[in-house]
Amino acid sequence: MKIHEYQAKEILKQYNVPVPEGYVAFSVEEAVQNAAKLKTDVAVIKAQIHAGGRGKGGGVKIAKNTDEVHRYAEQMMNMNLVTHQTGPEGKEVKKMLIEQGVDIEQELYLGVVLDRTVSKLVLMASTEGGVEIEKVAAETPSKILKEWVDPGLGLQPYQARNLAFGLGLKGKQVSNAVKFMMSLFNAFTANDCSLAEINPLVVTKEGEVLALDAKINFDDSALYRHPQLAELRDLDEEEPLEVEASKYNLNYIKLDGNVGCMVNGAGLAMATMDIIKLAGGEPANFLDVGGGANVDTVRNGFKIILADKNVKAILINIFGGIVRCDRVAKGVIEAVKSIDVHVPIVIRLEGTNAEEASEILQNSELNFNVASGLQDAAEKVVNALTEN
Amino acid sequence: MSILLTGDSKILVQGITGSEGSFHTKQMLDYNSKVVAGVTPGKGGQKFDDQIPVFNTVKEAVETTQANASVIFVPPSFAADAIIEAADSGIELVVCITEGIPALDMVRVYDFLKNTSTHLIGPNCPGVISPGIGKMGIMPGFIHTKGRVGVISRSGTLTYEAVGQLTKRGIGQSTGIGIGGDPVIGTRFVDALKLFKDDDETDAVVIIGEIGGTAEEEAAAWIKNHFNKPVIGFIAGQTAPPGRRMGHAGAIISGGKGTASEKMKALEAAGIHVCKSPAEIGSTTQKVLG
Repeated sequence: MKIHEYQAKEILKQYNVPVPEGYVAFSVEEAVQNAAKLKTDVAVIKAQIHAGGRGKGGGVKIAKNTDEVHRYAEQMMNMNLVTHQTGPEGKEVKKMLIEQGVDIEQELYLGVVLDRTVSKLVLMASTEGGVEIEKVAAETPSKILKEWVDPGLGLQPYQARNLAFGLGLKGKQVSNAVKFMMSLFNAFTANDCSLAEINPLVVTKEGEVLALDAKINFDDSALYRHPQLAELRDLDEEEPLEVEASKYNLNYIKLDGNVGCMVNGAGLAMATMDIIKLAGGEPANFLDVGGGANVDTVRNGFKIILADKNVKAILINIFGGIVRCDRVAKGVIEAVKSIDVHVPIVIRLEGTNAEEASEILQNSELNFNVASGLQDAAEKVVNALTEN
Repeated sequence: MSILLTGDSKILVQGITGSEGSFHTKQMLDYNSKVVAGVTPGKGGQKFDDQIPVFNTVKEAVETTQANASVIFVPPSFAADAIIEAADSGIELVVCITEGIPALDMVRVYDFLKNTSTHLIGPNCPGVISPGIGKMGIMPGFIHTKGRVGVISRSGTLTYEAVGQLTKRGIGQSTGIGIGGDPVIGTRFVDALKLFKDDDETDAVVIIGEIGGTAEEEAAAWIKNHFNKPVIGFIAGQTAPPGRRMGHAGAIISGGKGTASEKMKALEAAGIHVCKSPAEIGSTTQKVLG
């Protein structure tokens, strides 16, 4: 789960990770009021959307006085912010973070993430703050310092010192950076984060170390033990159809194509998207209906797929292992009868009782296009597009 | 011979009285798997299906039945504990089916297992099957057939698809391993390949990867230098958008890394027969075997 910068900073503050003073605003008036609370004359106005690269798109402004706060907040509120991470359609700004100005001496990078190659958490630091870390990793990997954390011991102070000295910090900066890193790591594990990225991490002229930006993602599998974090979810930032699908416990991701697909199992769902593309079509979605594939899940699946107006044909691909295909077939028929499906449906059922299922579908008064095999299914659904 | 699950395996089911555990234990028994015990804390002394003794602890189950393999069906919040309990009781092979275990729990489990002789498969996987011997997991037994091709996969139903294609062409399997779709798993491609390397009854291996992480690239590098049996590969998620988790917790392209095209390139460079289409796994294997 992703959260906003202002939410991430609130969490960090609870764990004694130093962040600039700041307040979230949901309107221009609130932005002006919040700016007045700050101890500095300069206020930074930051658009709160779930995407990076905000500065380049006009989502970060520095205001020197109240007039400027008002002007910039007015420009930013409800603007459609386009960054390299939002896609060309952009995202509407509905909240802003109003933050104190900071005298920056140096911009650094700090991140905590799971290193899948060794199954350990890794703390990464770099002098190349404020730029995309992926770019640094690809072009100058030697500029990224890493400390892997022993799962039994947790992050040790010497590891934080290795990074602090490695970054070239001196005197008071070192002890502040060590404190920062230890606290950040603590916040990470205490909340089951899957990513914590401070970019930039800034060293101020006074030697303080602060999180100028903060990005935190949580491990969805661990949310059950952090009920308070669920409140931080912002449905405005999610695709409405995906939100709807999650209510039915369906795993749905909207894509740009016109072939809707309904599949059991995530791997097979991805492979089905791939073969649609190879056959000359474009998948409209990823949809894993899970192991059950009963009448309800199939009906809800149809509703979600058909709510996407781009969908011109649907491919159902079920490999019945434990789930019996004849039951799936009956479920599909019942579901189709109960809702208006106005696009051609190609069905491929394989596995347990697949032959009986095929007969049930052929003998129904509904017009299904029954396919045998993955290749046949993909070709049939792409043909159905052109025939329509 | 097969790997992991062999004629000597005596299977224990952790969570045997739960709905998933009991359903799949029956399926495993129907497939003639040697299930010798079950564990559900608080239900010790009962008999499952009038034949399998249920114990309160793994330790007790091992002492009484000499079980040496365990398949875990307990809910995600108890699964890490169940894996460690099995390993601590000396179980050699632990297969964890459970989906949705917190990643940081698995980081600790992985670290603990390093100092034991336990082999963990999964979590979030369909399990292990050695056709003709038995199965530990949820895969449909009937689509498999005994033979000489090994299968290693991060997926569930896509593995069934691949196995189905092999069986339809008369190509049997020595052992099929679902290694799981999570970011932290006990057995990665390389670990499973090492076992197949030494198995005299495996002639070729099919590996089914997907987007996310770099396990396929690591496998490719290892195969190039250490593996002399033919390998057939497929990577799911060629059309998956970056930054989106595609169902499996580990299936995500992040920071431009973990794409299907990178993985396919790495596999091809290692001399692996890469199928572009998931419909060609069976036919490609047939061609390779000649």
